[in-house]
Amino acid sequence: MEGGKGAGGSAALGFGLLVALALVPLLSQVWGGTYLTSLVMQAMILAIAAIALDILIGHAGLVSFGHAAFVGLGAYVTGIAITEGLTDGMAILALVVLASAAFAAVTGAISLRTSGVYFIMITLAFGQMLFFAFGALAQYGGDDGMTLWETSTLFGTDALQAGGGLFWVVLATLALVWGFVGRLAVSRFGRVLRAAKEAPVRVACMGFSVFRFRLVAYVVAGVIAGVAGFLLAHQAEFVSPAAAAWQRSGDLIIMVVLGGMGTRNGPLLGALVFLGVEVTLSHLLEAWRLVFGPLLILVVLFARGGLAGGLDWAVDRWRTRVQARA
Amino acid sequence: MSAVLEISGLAKRFGSLVVTEDVSLTLEPRECHALIGPNGAGKTTLMQQVSGLLAPDAGTIRLDGRDITEASVAERARAGLGRCFQISAVIPEFSALENVALAAQAHDGTSFRFFSAAAEDEALNARAMAALDLLELADRAAVRAGALSHGERRLLELAMALVGEPHALLLDEPMAGLGRAESLALTETLAELKTEVPLLLVEHDMEAVFALADRVSVLVYGRVLASGPPDSVRADPQARAAYLGEDVA
Repeated sequence: MEGGKGAGGSAALGFGLLVALALVPLLSQVWGGTYLTSLVMQAMILAIAAIALDILIGHAGLVSFGHAAFVGLGAYVTGIAITEGLTDGMAILALVVLASAAFAAVTGAISLRTSGVYFIMITLAFGQMLFFAFGALAQYGGDDGMTLWETSTLFGTDALQAGGGLFWVVLATLALVWGFVGRLAVSRFGRVLRAAKEAPVRVACMGFSVFRFRLVAYVVAGVIAGVAGFLLAHQAEFVSPAAAAWQRSGDLIIMVVLGGMGTRNGPLLGALVFLGVEVTLSHLLEAWRLVFGPLLILVVLFARGGLAGGLDWAVDRWRTRVQARA
Repeated sequence: MSAVLEISGLAKRFGSLVVTEDVSLTLEPRECHALIGPNGAGKTTLMQQVSGLLAPDAGTIRLDGRDITEASVAERARAGLGRCFQISAVIPEFSALENVALAAQAHDGTSFRFFSAAAEDEALNARAMAALDLLELADRAAVRAGALSHGERRLLELAMALVGEPHALLLDEPMAGLGRAESLALTETLAELKTEVPLLLVEHDMEAVFALADRVSVLVYGRVLASGPPDSVRADPQARAAYLGEDVA
């Protein structure tokens, strides 16, 4: 029985990516400097949100078009807390988790009554609601957002400061989330989720309350995205409604699809490649999406399982060829 | 002897169309109770009300003496109501074993477990394997459900229903789409099975119905026209007219 592959994918690729990311600060000493580290931090934060979104899209079959709202929520809770003088990182993180869990529980309980296109639309609507609510916060910068003149401390250290240990905190969070979601996918919970994606009525007739499983998945995905927002606020030292914009939600979906839905490494790979391509192409070309669009279409058409699926396939082929020669 | 499943005064209408009218049925231990009737007689809607996919307008459904009329589909399943579908609805991407293990999960502790790999849950796999073994599907355990033959998928469905050790089993046209040899084999399997789990069977294959059923109820326009042992139903002119399309002599 293939317990690992379809739902899991090879863990080695993910480990390799994480190790490569860990070498970035070293690389930045000789090339790229702080520009490189901050760019890679952004990519890692997006990857955390994309991995969370893949719980919904890849494993539960729920296309949420409002996932960036949770990133925005995490960022705003962080920004407001710091502005109001709360600088204990763990306390802020607890607030972020509570706020995103509550928002996910309420909006999820409503959204999950619908399915298909209606689910996409209602999650989009909730996302937009939050986006406009942030823009209306006049005392916190309104549409322009707010600059964070100081950031929080983690147990009295500068671990959450961009110039300090933030890179390692982001990397560690990414590794944790990647590991956790990889386990979740093949757990009892993940199995029910995946089965309900294919045959919800059948799964209900087995005795599972599909709605409850989906709601828990929605809350877990929302909280992880909220944590990504917490990190984003620390990395950018700036919070604005743009983080919650629907375009951002669209980008997250693209990362998941590009990397490979429901694969172990897809969303991680997708987020890194997405930001890499965005930065490279936008340097060369104003209308970079003109090139990125067709690229995405090619991946979707020719690599079932996205980049991660394509890589798995290539590795398999290479292995069989090596074995044939031996 | 008290009935395992007891349906009384069940009624359902869609607008002016009456699909279930004052239906009362029981399912006793160790029996197979077959529901027959022409297309559109309301057999499927009746099954849907029993399994909880449709809410009846009136009447009660009791399982082991407990009123489950208001219970959700999932609650009924956990209370011991097993069900097999008219269209085989296994999870095609899962292996046969994983399909049954999934069904076993529903009756074995909580499934809100996020860390340990379900595929390595030996107790779960053992239960699933035993159910597959019972239906002689054990050697197909590793095969993707989508790649199984139609008949095998039927058996897999049955294994998925049985692994939860249901108190009563609803079977909606289990013979549909099976070849003659396959339906004979399945009839034999079900005949053994009914001694352990009572079966409420909806079926068009009259050969299977009369081979299996201890009681037959004829449903026409949502009403029970005749009910009793197979021979008496077979002899009932009204019932003959309804399900065999014969003119009442």
